[in-house]
Amino acid sequence: MLKNRIIPCLDVKNGRVVKGINFVDLKDAGDPVEQAKIYSDGGADEICFLDITASNENRSTIYEVIKKTSKKCFVPLTVGGGVRNIEDINKLLNCGADKVSINTAAVKNPKIIMESSLKFGSQCIVVAIDAKKEANSWEIFTHGGRNKTNIDAIKFAKQMEEYGAGELLVTSMDRDGTQKGYDIDLMKKISEMVNIPVIASGGVGNLDHLVEGIIQGKANAVLAASIFHYGKYSIKEAKQYLDLKGIPVRI
Amino acid sequence: MNVTIVDYNSGNISSVINSFKEVAQNKVNIEVTADLNKIKSSDKLVLPGQGSFKSCVDALNNINGLVDTLNEFAINNKKPLLGICVGLQMFADIGYEETETKGLGWVSGKVSKIDNQNGKYKLPHIGWNQINIVKESKIFKNIENNSHMYFVHSYEFIPNDKNVISATIDYSTNIVCSAEKENLFGTQFHPEKSDKIGLKIIDNFINL
Repeated sequence: MLKNRIIPCLDVKNGRVVKGINFVDLKDAGDPVEQAKIYSDGGADEICFLDITASNENRSTIYEVIKKTSKKCFVPLTVGGGVRNIEDINKLLNCGADKVSINTAAVKNPKIIMESSLKFGSQCIVVAIDAKKEANSWEIFTHGGRNKTNIDAIKFAKQMEEYGAGELLVTSMDRDGTQKGYDIDLMKKISEMVNIPVIASGGVGNLDHLVEGIIQGKANAVLAASIFHYGKYSIKEAKQYLDLKGIPVRI
Repeated sequence: MNVTIVDYNSGNISSVINSFKEVAQNKVNIEVTADLNKIKSSDKLVLPGQGSFKSCVDALNNINGLVDTLNEFAINNKKPLLGICVGLQMFADIGYEETETKGLGWVSGKVSKIDNQNGKYKLPHIGWNQINIVKESKIFKNIENNSHMYFVHSYEFIPNDKNVISATIDYSTNIVCSAEKENLFGTQFHPEKSDKIGLKIIDNFINL
């Protein structure tokens, strides 16, 4: 039976983890490699790095991070943030990323998804959809949620599937950072609309939120950041809780 | 000992390289090349494969003499070869991804799209699934039945001779996830991304 995945996400800026895990025995809390290793040893089904480096001159720092991490972690590694073109995707994959998540570039130029999935295979192309609720629909936002696009998130999700995306990483901008739980309606709508796996993101504050994302939101995988970073829960605890609730997980 | 990972521009093979180097440490030499002489002189080969069946077969054919060299290695000389993902799929006679494409024909059978029961199951089949070991295989030494492996694929290998099947998984249907025929080994899952248990499979292959 296919298991539901738990994916911890690490924000990386200039090659360093922002909001890392607060473990006392950590030698260097800002070291992405060490953090990723803790997650993979703890049973994370995948590791996600979100590069939030603002300046272009420091962009290359993420490549070093990926190179080092992929030599230590033998679970799938997804990298997103600042991916602009085919060349960026190629570089990240060559450094050891298994999947690349594409957000703004996919909205600006949806054909990049078609081209990259043909070139590298759908299995490594994840489209990150950042959506905000507007009356009865959801709208796509880009540039880390700053720019409005007037594009309907559900329609866009379907289009990305048709263009060859292997997975969708759906983040509710309304819930992100609130710890109030996923936007279940959004997850469910997109998950039922497409036939590719959906990763729910944005808003996890406790373990019940992960359960809701999978059961009500029908997500195939759940991504969370802060509940794991601050040591509130370990990956193992999260998995045991999901297992207790009857959700198939890898333990 | 020399283990060569065949680098034929089949997409992203860095994870395969990293995992083999991790397991091999300094005891075994890991080469990454498409050089025909180096392939010929290797003790073992790894044939990775990402993207579509067609794109991988095309990539093999684009390197002059590579398919002949692989045939000589695997079929005439019967030296150990591990196919991963599309690398396994290419053992088949024929594949139906994108368009009908001839495979290497090492293990008779075909590669078809997974039956997703009219959309009831999502494709690609991505994530961790438990393997049912149905036949003793050297690469499963000290691997427990029902171990979790990492998968990402939409197509499945359907061999004609069911005796080559060494493990299956349950998804929308029962899917072949590992095959073994004499010196040929193949996994649909990615041992290089299947955590410690995956590295153990790589270790088993290296130590054959």
